[in-house]
Amino acid sequence: MKIIILGAGQVGGTVAANLTSEDNDITVVDRDAGILQGLQDRLDLRTIAGNATYPEVLERAGAADADMVIAVTDSDEANMVACQVAATLFHTPTKIARVRAVEYLSHPQIFNPDAIPIDVLISPEQLVTQYVERLIEHPGALQVMDFADGRVRLVGVRAYYGGPLVGQELRALREHMPGIDTRVAAVYRRGSAIIPEGDTLIEAGDEVFFLAASKNIRAVMSELRRLDKPVKRIVLAGGGNIGMRLAQALETKYQVKLIEHNAARCRAIADDLKKTIVLHGDAADEDLLLEENIENTDVFCALTNDDEANILSAMLAKRRGARTVMALINRAAYVDLIQSTGDIDVAISPQQATIGSLLAHIRRGDVAAVHSLRRGAAEAIEAVAHGDAGSSEVVGKRVDQIRLPRGTTIGAIVRGEEVVMAHHDTVIEPEDHVILFLVDKSRLADVEKLFSVGVTFL
Amino acid sequence: MHPDAVQRVLGALLMVFSITMLPPALFAVVSADGTATAFFLTFVLLLAVGGVLWLPVRRSRRELRTRDGFFVVAMFWVVLGAAGAVPLVIQDVAPFSIVDALFESVSGLTTTGATAIVGINELPISIQYYRQQLQWLGGMGIIVLAVAILPMLGIGGMQLYRAELPGPVKDAKITPRIAETAKALWYIYLGLTAVCAVAYWLAGMSVFDAISHAFSTIATGGFSTHDESIGYFDSAVIEMIAVVFMIISALNYSLHFMAWRRMSIEPWRTDPELRAFLLVIAVVTVLVMGGLFVYQAAHNLSHDETWHHAIFQVVSFATTTGYTTASYYVWPAFLPVLLLFVAVVGGCANSTSGGLKVVRVLLLWRQGGREILRLIHPQAQIPVKMGDRPVNERVIDAVWGFFAAYVVLFALLMLTLLAMGLDQITAFSAVASGLANLGPALGEVAANFASVGDGPKLVMCIAMIMGRLEIFTLLVLFTPAFWRR
Repeated sequence: MKIIILGAGQVGGTVAANLTSEDNDITVVDRDAGILQGLQDRLDLRTIAGNATYPEVLERAGAADADMVIAVTDSDEANMVACQVAATLFHTPTKIARVRAVEYLSHPQIFNPDAIPIDVLISPEQLVTQYVERLIEHPGALQVMDFADGRVRLVGVRAYYGGPLVGQELRALREHMPGIDTRVAAVYRRGSAIIPEGDTLIEAGDEVFFLAASKNIRAVMSELRRLDKPVKRIVLAGGGNIGMRLAQALETKYQVKLIEHNAARCRAIADDLKKTIVLHGDAADEDLLLEENIENTDVFCALTNDDEANILSAMLAKRRGARTVMALINRAAYVDLIQSTGDIDVAISPQQATIGSLLAHIRRGDVAAVHSLRRGAAEAIEAVAHGDAGSSEVVGKRVDQIRLPRGTTIGAIVRGEEVVMAHHDTVIEPEDHVILFLVDKSRLADVEKLFSVGVTFL
Repeated sequence: MHPDAVQRVLGALLMVFSITMLPPALFAVVSADGTATAFFLTFVLLLAVGGVLWLPVRRSRRELRTRDGFFVVAMFWVVLGAAGAVPLVIQDVAPFSIVDALFESVSGLTTTGATAIVGINELPISIQYYRQQLQWLGGMGIIVLAVAILPMLGIGGMQLYRAELPGPVKDAKITPRIAETAKALWYIYLGLTAVCAVAYWLAGMSVFDAISHAFSTIATGGFSTHDESIGYFDSAVIEMIAVVFMIISALNYSLHFMAWRRMSIEPWRTDPELRAFLLVIAVVTVLVMGGLFVYQAAHNLSHDETWHHAIFQVVSFATTTGYTTASYYVWPAFLPVLLLFVAVVGGCANSTSGGLKVVRVLLLWRQGGREILRLIHPQAQIPVKMGDRPVNERVIDAVWGFFAAYVVLFALLMLTLLAMGLDQITAFSAVASGLANLGPALGEVAANFASVGDGPKLVMCIAMIMGRLEIFTLLVLFTPAFWRR
């Protein structure tokens, strides 16, 4: 697919890196030739220096025959104009734009095809907010992903001593919880993936990814670790867009405190928020943390836009007794580093949260949702099975008859309103949403091929 | 540096190159000229060496870094030069000394076209073909070919591509993916070769000669299957066909690609480098023609055929092809030296021609103009522009650096040749010709290099590879910083 990415910032760069490895023709446009040079050195793509909204620049980038434009410059307005230009002059079929301002987002009619034609809006702040919200909802989880509009969730959790299943084979899970259907999609032990079988032994320290209906998640998690108490007290550090939105989303259900170092911003947030206590100060100020009872805090979440500050203040909070600490980390290399040290419980990567929703639109075949896991190395996909037994390689077959690429497991099937956990004898019906887990992202093309319908697509 | 990544790529490249031994082997079998074993043996040898390098590390997933790219490309050209000489050495129908074979092979691959052979007409047909094919492979670059057909190179392909591509701006990809870019370049190259061969054939060449000369014309190489080069055919039509295709091939291939993609002549029309190149050719042709007419009038010589010899010779030198039709070296002294200077300027960037490249000279020229303008307007902000776009200062710096390296290398190589006993004109013209990948020179080596010793031939091999890889790719290997971890 020919894709033009406008803006080589953090999201643009990550999207480009993800897409070049998947047989796409990528052209990146940015005003800063230095950033482009860096991308060009690392990745197999073309770069154009220039203003992303100018028709002339878009033309040089190959807009005339591009299949998709992804506008992720740091200006909402530039993204909107670029999509408008691409649609008007070049009739680009798919236009994706990042729009942050709620002021625009709250009027969806702006983005109608006859107004500003944007097919998909992404708002990283909103995605990150939802992501953190889900994590807080499930204390102890490393990652929580929604499939089929939230009916099924994929949860990543680290197994600890004290969980009844730890030290046992996976097939014991069903005996432990007779009424609850779940499926373990993958187990990561010391960084490498294990494809789970019935006799796989769960060890303490394993990172276990399982699929379950939303209501059963707590029960399954309780098998893998001593269950944390539900969250009550939350401290957010950083009152930027994400901190502010999160506070708004959380303040009705939890006791939320928000620390912001800029006095004027504090004032503005305090005006907008209803129940949150807005504190003026430095999130890395030990006295302030102690004064605000950090030792009784359930979740401490560092959300400023400074990676290093987030990491340090989260570590400090952990040391001073916060039960779970999370840090927002933009730099992909830090995410791995932090995940492996264990001082910080969850590293939140905005790119990872964003890329999934982007990827779902870029994938061929019929893919309803994509989540990138473990810094893009693994992926969970919700694919829709079309056709019939004759034209499709999956429809009408039992799960164990489908020739899946290596490292791929079918986790669950969503059939209408019903959620079916995949067992070896489950038969896939037309229009089923099949949720697959890919340990190795390079097998993705094979999976896509599996789900494309023979006659019409070839 | 990553030895396993380098080893893997080198092995794969050698295996690709080994396949190119099969067409000449086929010629040898069909014509039963007794060289078939040599080509088959070389094929097996290269395949085996490549396999031995590749097999142990074939699972290595490491990507080539920038510096690995330099190393692989430089190593590959050196190894390839040697490998190309192998069939010439082991066949015994027309015996070659090792140095002669090496010289021939390097001269072929770098599209220089200088030869150490007298009596090309008598060579076995397979070897005649083999020399032409070497030039053709070297023209667009066998590494660019490998990038196009070996998907395993991935991002490493770009590091290789950059190290081999001629021209000051190495990142100008014509398509987003490097493999597609390389493929597009080779399609254009292949297409031009086919059209050129048909044109030659229609103009009266035999099929074999047409294909052979199309190979060396489009590669702007200059090898011929005859001692008299294109002059053998003694046909103004063939010369003009050669002129057209030499010029086309000395233009930037990105322009050809864009013109083909957009189905318009606009890319050619607006390119400043192309205009400058054609202007140089036109001016020099007028000078040469004028010079010849004056000379002939003064010595009462006939001057029919002068016009097409002049055009042909100028284009052949300006594109660094190096075909000859007339004895240009007996022209009045100012003309052959003028032709050599034109060859040093060379063709356009991203083409198959050698030399400094017109765009670099143009940038130096504009830079000179800017300095003069600055003396007049000390406060003025004067960007150097190509077309309407300002050129990045880094590029201009790099051009200066390249030019300086070129001059220094030129002086060193020339002194080496002088020390080896060549006379001044021979040494000067040989180095100019070698570095520019031209071929013909003056003095002792005006017609061929058969008369000089082994030492100068080896020096010329270095000059030719340096010229083909635009010096820096090879030069970085000789810096301590490259080898430091």
